[in-house]
Amino acid sequence: MSGFTNLNSSAGYSQNSTPNGGAAPHYQNGPVQTYPSMYPPAGYYGAPPQQQGYSTIPGHAAPAPNKAPVTNNAHSANYYHNNHQQQQQNHLPQHHVAPSPYSAPLSSAPPSQPYAALPSAAPPPTNAHYNQQPFQPHPPYATPGSYYGQQSYHPSPAQQHPSLVPVTASGPGAPLYPIVSYPSAPGSSQYGTLSSSQSTSTPVGIPTQMVGAPLHQYSAAPPPSTTAVHPGYGVGPPGQMAPTVVNGQGSTAHNAVHQRYTQSHQASLSYDSYSGVPQSSGGADTDQPPSGTPSTSVHSSPGHHQGGDTSSSTTGSASPVPNSYDSLEGGSYPDSMPPSNDMTNQAPPYGSYGYPSMQSAYQQGPTSHTDASPSHDLYGQSSYQQYSQPFPNLFQLSAALGGLSGVPELEVEALRPVNLLQERNLLPPRPLEPPEPNVSSDLKKVNCSPQTFRCTLTSIPQTQALLNKARLPLGLLLHPFRDLQQLPVITSNTIVRCRSCRTYINPFVTFLDQRRWKCNLCYRVNDVPDEFMYNPVTRSYGEPHKRPEVQNSTVEFIASSDYMLRPPQPAVYLFVLDVSHNAVEAGYLKYFCESLLENLTKLPGDMRTRVGFLTFDSTIHFYNLQEGLSQPQMLVVSDIDDVFIPSHDSLMVNLKESKELVKDLLTSLPEMFSQTRETHSALGPALQAAYKLMSPTGGRITVFQTQLPTLGAGALQSREDPNQRSSAKGVQHLGPATDFYKKLALDCSGQQIGVDLFLLSSQYADLASLACMSKYSAGSVFYYPSFHYIHNPAQLEKFQKDLERYLTRKIGFEAVMRIRCTKGLSIHTFHGNFFVRSTDLLSLANVNPDSAFAVQMSIEDSLADSSLACFQAALLYTSSRGKRRIRVHTLCLPVVNQLSDVYAGADVQAITCLLANMAIDRSVSSSLSDARDALVNAVVDLVSAYKSNVSNLQQSGLVVPTSMRLFPLYILALLKQKALRTGTSTRLDERVFAMCEFKTQPLQQLMRMVHPDLYRLDNLSDQGALHLNDTVVPQPHLLHLSAERLSRDGAFLMDCGNVFYLWIGKCCNEMFIRDVLGCPNYASIPPNMSHIPELETPLSERVRAFLDWLQDNRAFSCTIHVVKDDASAKATLFQHLVEDQSEVASSYRDFLQHIQQQMSK
Amino acid sequence: MEAAVFILSLVDCCALIFLSVYFIITLSDLECDYINARACCSKLNKWVIPEMVGQCLSTMLMLISMHWFIFLLNLPVAAWDIYRYVKVPMGNMGVLDPTEIHNRGQLKSHMKEAMIKLGYHLLCFFIYLYSMILALIND
Repeated sequence: MSGFTNLNSSAGYSQNSTPNGGAAPHYQNGPVQTYPSMYPPAGYYGAPPQQQGYSTIPGHAAPAPNKAPVTNNAHSANYYHNNHQQQQQNHLPQHHVAPSPYSAPLSSAPPSQPYAALPSAAPPPTNAHYNQQPFQPHPPYATPGSYYGQQSYHPSPAQQHPSLVPVTASGPGAPLYPIVSYPSAPGSSQYGTLSSSQSTSTPVGIPTQMVGAPLHQYSAAPPPSTTAVHPGYGVGPPGQMAPTVVNGQGSTAHNAVHQRYTQSHQASLSYDSYSGVPQSSGGADTDQPPSGTPSTSVHSSPGHHQGGDTSSSTTGSASPVPNSYDSLEGGSYPDSMPPSNDMTNQAPPYGSYGYPSMQSAYQQGPTSHTDASPSHDLYGQSSYQQYSQPFPNLFQLSAALGGLSGVPELEVEALRPVNLLQERNLLPPRPLEPPEPNVSSDLKKVNCSPQTFRCTLTSIPQTQALLNKARLPLGLLLHPFRDLQQLPVITSNTIVRCRSCRTYINPFVTFLDQRRWKCNLCYRVNDVPDEFMYNPVTRSYGEPHKRPEVQNSTVEFIASSDYMLRPPQPAVYLFVLDVSHNAVEAGYLKYFCESLLENLTKLPGDMRTRVGFLTFDSTIHFYNLQEGLSQPQMLVVSDIDDVFIPSHDSLMVNLKESKELVKDLLTSLPEMFSQTRETHSALGPALQAAYKLMSPTGGRITVFQTQLPTLGAGALQSREDPNQRSSAKGVQHLGPATDFYKKLALDCSGQQIGVDLFLLSSQYADLASLACMSKYSAGSVFYYPSFHYIHNPAQLEKFQKDLERYLTRKIGFEAVMRIRCTKGLSIHTFHGNFFVRSTDLLSLANVNPDSAFAVQMSIEDSLADSSLACFQAALLYTSSRGKRRIRVHTLCLPVVNQLSDVYAGADVQAITCLLANMAIDRSVSSSLSDARDALVNAVVDLVSAYKSNVSNLQQSGLVVPTSMRLFPLYILALLKQKALRTGTSTRLDERVFAMCEFKTQPLQQLMRMVHPDLYRLDNLSDQGALHLNDTVVPQPHLLHLSAERLSRDGAFLMDCGNVFYLWIGKCCNEMFIRDVLGCPNYASIPPNMSHIPELETPLSERVRAFLDWLQDNRAFSCTIHVVKDDASAKATLFQHLVEDQSEVASSYRDFLQHIQQQMSK
Repeated sequence: MEAAVFILSLVDCCALIFLSVYFIITLSDLECDYINARACCSKLNKWVIPEMVGQCLSTMLMLISMHWFIFLLNLPVAAWDIYRYVKVPMGNMGVLDPTEIHNRGQLKSHMKEAMIKLGYHLLCFFIYLYSMILALIND
């Protein structure tokens, strides 16, 4: 087929109902109905920035600007054009939303509270309101003491026990936050019905939560199995409804719609890519009419998969006020903003304010402070030679402080000096638990889960000098969009935030009295809005400190229109597939199509979901999937130097409407190219086409590539010299060869497009350059070296499993994340896939639950005046169901002024991960050997710093605190990773991919990859086993990663994060082989066994229970390889035994000796 | 002749001063979040080569007119400009890269560099002015 084959066939606009189907739903998500004319088409597609360039960014200088003119401008430009069409559309939302129970609040909810008239986000224009507030003689204000006396915050019995293990359940006495909602709000009952219909396959349904599922149970409960489609949403009545509606509309209004579509498209192309994220003066401070229902409803909803998305709809109306995302999520307020309150903005944090009778929970500051100073004296006096002595003192101390007992013991244990040269068994029996921050038990209970938010130092040093002295990096590791089993979702008109730093209210703020709270990040005193006074949990008034926002450090808000730049985008997926000869040879296409067909209904999204396909070899093929066609039409564009889109409206189609065509295409696609002889790959032009196709809406581009791009823009040359693969000298070409992919990614990021890359290549494909397209557009990278559907079944299986997870996992669109920290701390480097928009704001076109981020921090000002440091990560995103949501995580850590305390709180795993990220940066910007030296120096520095500053022992050898005892081991393991190793032959692409993994994998996964867990499986006992539901999960002990721990008569499991190896010794117990593997003896085990048969024997059940349990808490399912004790298979396993010597790398022992030599230099 | 050389240098120096001020303003805009990193970098990268050329021009002028002291004063800055330009990694979008500018205190170091250059160019300005007047008087 040569160029332009079927081009004309798509010109018949008279049949084009698809664009309406595709585009119209954007206008349907509620707002349109209530504010019919407020969505100028161009405004939706990003046009407002035409008026507002970057130069007018909100900010410090401009006084809180009035938004009205902007709105009018944007509006009037398109008003007439838009208006008549709007009327036609008016009926549409009703049909559309009718099946779902939450349409009612939009139109008819009467305000249940007088406060409903207030703006939603407590922005500056509400000054009027605030000015009235403080001076009203509120009774509680007058008698603060009595208020807290009465409303006393009694810790439940469960809280008083010092618990060393992570607090899981709060017990029946603890406050629970089940579905809570205003009884008066019309929304409340709907939420009930809604949520119960929402996630049928989630084990912990909403109703049961009401009975009392504990909130902090992050780890114990078994995660729900993959959530099925929500019946109400997926294939139910809406599916039947929509086509008719859209057709009806299409026939009457398609002209207008089409006109609008093209116009807006031009508009969006005409200006600079970044203006797609319209920036404007203003900020969140829009004086915006009250939106939606005034109900405040709070309910727990399982955030797993799409579960959480269905929960609420009160975000009703949206005003098309173009805001910058910065200010949306909470850029700074103008400095010129008059303070509304007499309280000083910069009051010293825990100065004297006169509410001495406050409950202890709200006096964390002073309490911990007193804790810190005595303990420091104590460490000063007593050297660690007699470290048994501190115990009595510490016990007295803790007794005096109450509620803090247990912590000092931990601390002392963490500080016990360990001589690494003498102690050989360093590994704990079970995988290492993150250290607990040394804060009061009340705070500990509400603190953020370490799986989500982890700091390298759980005790923050007071000054940069102290941090430098400790020689440890300070940083955060975040996994903000993790699949959670329990997530309080809050729908509220007023999202309470600090007025100066825009911090969301969180459990660590201080309530000065009933009416005011002090921000824990900037120490500004804020008013408590009236709505917040009502506590939906207890249905009582005047208990702001019992609101769920203040009781949970991880919450999700349903955001109002203040947090939107444009109506939330639909879920849009574009698949860009390589169909060159090479790709056909590898044979991935068939499996991709199968997997997508299978998961088509499980793609996260709603009625508006759109999909598109694009294939390329030396030309680019588009697919017209417009509804009404009998079969998909292929449009070929061969002009790859100047790519254009052959048809604007039929290439991205509504999945619901064109489902049959999509299925047709997916079934025929693998056959279509089976005879191709085309070996070239025009990836660059294909990506440009994809960008053009997606830029009006944003969404996700998934790229499948099997070779080095050779044509058009972005063509690359092979840079790898196979002879240099094992060179111990520097490794070249770790950075990109061209800035094409980076620029493209930035353009995409500006248009809210995320690019995910699947590289399935057997040859060098220059991943270092290609990965840039995902790196800066917040995508993810998957790499399958030597992928072949016949020759490499292991990779195929992994590809299939990954693809299933990838297609069905939750996704957030047009997201931004801001990381705030206590005044005095600042972020100086970010690690992960995103574009850093400003000093603390990350722009994430897509956010997925499997990627993590890391940041490095520095201490700019002394933290001496506070005893707690807090970090807050707020992720604002559009769910796949078109809801704007904000997920907020807050972490609270103590500030210490003693080096010993810093070491006691060091989190060795987090430190290792952060160092790994830093090493990757170093090896790209400088050289690999530099990075390796830096890692070794990190160990040397730590040991010498500890020796000279803390430990007064004059003993020889390598002495480190217990908390850091695994540090040298982990660093050695890092040095032996593919990413950082030298000497061993490593393909450049694999190395680069390992580097990408380091940057994006969540901590636990990364730790398993760096230092795999090794267990012995043939003698599983029930001792210490976990009992989950009906199954008994044995808990074998961790073994050191050394060949001497393996024995011929055993079977060992190595858990490498994304793959399990089951090593069977030559003399392994035949019973194990028979009962677990189903083979009569060792010799009959097939060489490439990659699954464990489901046998009914007790041993098999135990092993499988254990494997399932390991599998449960990770996102991508692992493949298992049964490795026999022979030479060929052993190599794969033995490279993970990091404590052993290999041809080029030293053993753990040698490494320690090397460290010691370095120290004595 | 002497006067002409210094007048030319003076004009060149003025341009460089303006350029430094422009760098400082744009970078501080970025610091305060008034403009996007991308916009900032593409704005400034455009001026990296002109700055380099301007600096080299005055260096060459001094070399040709054999003012050794001023030449030696100019040389390190010119060398730095060239080094900085040559050292840009292949995948980066210029001396300033929007994806990296917020990392590792790069913004601060660029700012510092612009400040130092401003001071340096001001110094040069007065030297040229003085030399020019001297040359004019001598004529």
